[in-house]
Amino acid sequence: MNALSRPLASLGRAAVQSVAGIGYAGMLLLESLYFAALGWRVGQPLRLRQVLEQMRQIGVDALPIVTLLALTIGVMLGIQFIAALREFGAQSQVVVAVAKSVTREFGALITAILVAGRSGSALAARIGSMSVSQEVDALATMGIEPVRYLAAPALIAMLVMLPVLTVFADTVAILGAALYASPALNVTPAAYLLQTLSLLVPGDLWQGIAKAFVFAVLITLIGVSTGFSVSGGAEGVGRATTRAVVLSICYIIVADMVFSFFLNR
Amino acid sequence: MNTRVQQDATGAGQPSALGPQPLIEVEKLEAWYGRRRILNGIDFRVDAGEIRVIMGGSGSGKSTLLRHLLGLQKPRSGTVRLLGVDLGRASEREMLALRRQIGVSFQGGALLTSLSVGDNVALPLREHTDLDENTIRIMSRLKLEVVNLGGFQDLMPSQLSGGMIKRAALARAIVMDPKLLFFDEPSAGLDPVVSAELDELILRLRDALRMTIVVVTHELESAFKIADTITVLDQGDILMTGTVDAVRRADHERIQDLLNRRPREIAVDADAYLRRLTEEQAA
Repeated sequence: MNALSRPLASLGRAAVQSVAGIGYAGMLLLESLYFAALGWRVGQPLRLRQVLEQMRQIGVDALPIVTLLALTIGVMLGIQFIAALREFGAQSQVVVAVAKSVTREFGALITAILVAGRSGSALAARIGSMSVSQEVDALATMGIEPVRYLAAPALIAMLVMLPVLTVFADTVAILGAALYASPALNVTPAAYLLQTLSLLVPGDLWQGIAKAFVFAVLITLIGVSTGFSVSGGAEGVGRATTRAVVLSICYIIVADMVFSFFLNR
Repeated sequence: MNTRVQQDATGAGQPSALGPQPLIEVEKLEAWYGRRRILNGIDFRVDAGEIRVIMGGSGSGKSTLLRHLLGLQKPRSGTVRLLGVDLGRASEREMLALRRQIGVSFQGGALLTSLSVGDNVALPLREHTDLDENTIRIMSRLKLEVVNLGGFQDLMPSQLSGGMIKRAALARAIVMDPKLLFFDEPSAGLDPVVSAELDELILRLRDALRMTIVVVTHELESAFKIADTITVLDQGDILMTGTVDAVRRADHERIQDLLNRRPREIAVDADAYLRRLTEEQAA
């Protein structure tokens, strides 16, 4: 009986914990949006300074690494598509292949994974260490709602900056592909870029931007909720940080697949 | 015992025909962690103007009691009233109004590490008042002066010693001139001299700012120095509440064990312990 009931009990506990985790993240989202929109009515206004500071950390500080990665991805896609399409004598289709795959898929995905690694982990570590050192309790006893002070500015900043970074990454990646592929196609980089612009439709860009909004919510909620639930001192903070990054990347990839499926049917 | 009273919008703290109204009133408070009961339905009140020390050994339930008094945990049963507000039933707005009237100094200080000392002290003023930046800066410097930290406002918390962190946390706790000040383990981790300085500071605050102060500690020397009344907590029960002399004279065995630092004989029933662990895990 024990042999049967134990795995079942473990499964049940895991299921309950998952549902509780999703419920908690949902509550955090609603509370953050509530404080962002109506916090001023209950004496808990969202501070613009905090949002701007978060936007700097999430967006501006990430620009160098996003540039480097997007450029690399663009060159890499150029190499792969030229090699693959050459087999069919369709080298000229590189422009459209790169443009569509970057704007619909890679720009949003790579940016989100990068931001999850940088800012999602930072959020979890910051809030986690604040929980451990009673700073979160201190905020609450000072009448400062921790969700309003810590989660809401991060969510708003992420919702603004991740789509902006995604569009930026799209541009840089296409530029990277143009630099590599234009000699192979016997066109100038400017001509490559002009052709890209003529081939892209707004829907391509919107697909990436819409994904970026969803990824922004996922990264923030996972970072904040793992941070708030930290226990066990410094080791707990380390565990939460790792967990936040791993969970964010998993959820981002799954959400990306679901999105791609429904948007490209 | 100090019987000073304060005026209070809620009526708490005002003298009545029956004597001063309590600022804190706890009735039949029970607290549980999983299936383990931490507080066994305790009753307890603190009157305006007094320094109440809640004393007890590790695992006595004093930290859990403090979390309930601060509204960080909701009572599973029983009531906690602060300044006349029932914490179990208070709305968000009532809790916010109440929290502006209480100050808390946590064991490790709990200063926000991302803010300077001055910004930490100014934080409640920035969040809850419409004062201009210049006034906020003056007021926070004033409070830092009160705790002998004048001129330290630009330092970061990581640049302060343990005693300075506690004093900075105290400055933040009193910056809104609260009616009620909570102090969690003021002496923990401090050398005897710094600890004594902090005790003097608490007494000065009570006298100068007429605050009601609740101190949670297990440091006997500190407790006897600052307390008007002491509540002794043991294994979730209040053993007694009385003046320093009354506590010293108490003939309760556990109180005398605590005062004389006599270790309790620990008898572990391995089966019962394992059963409890299994039940807690299952819960």
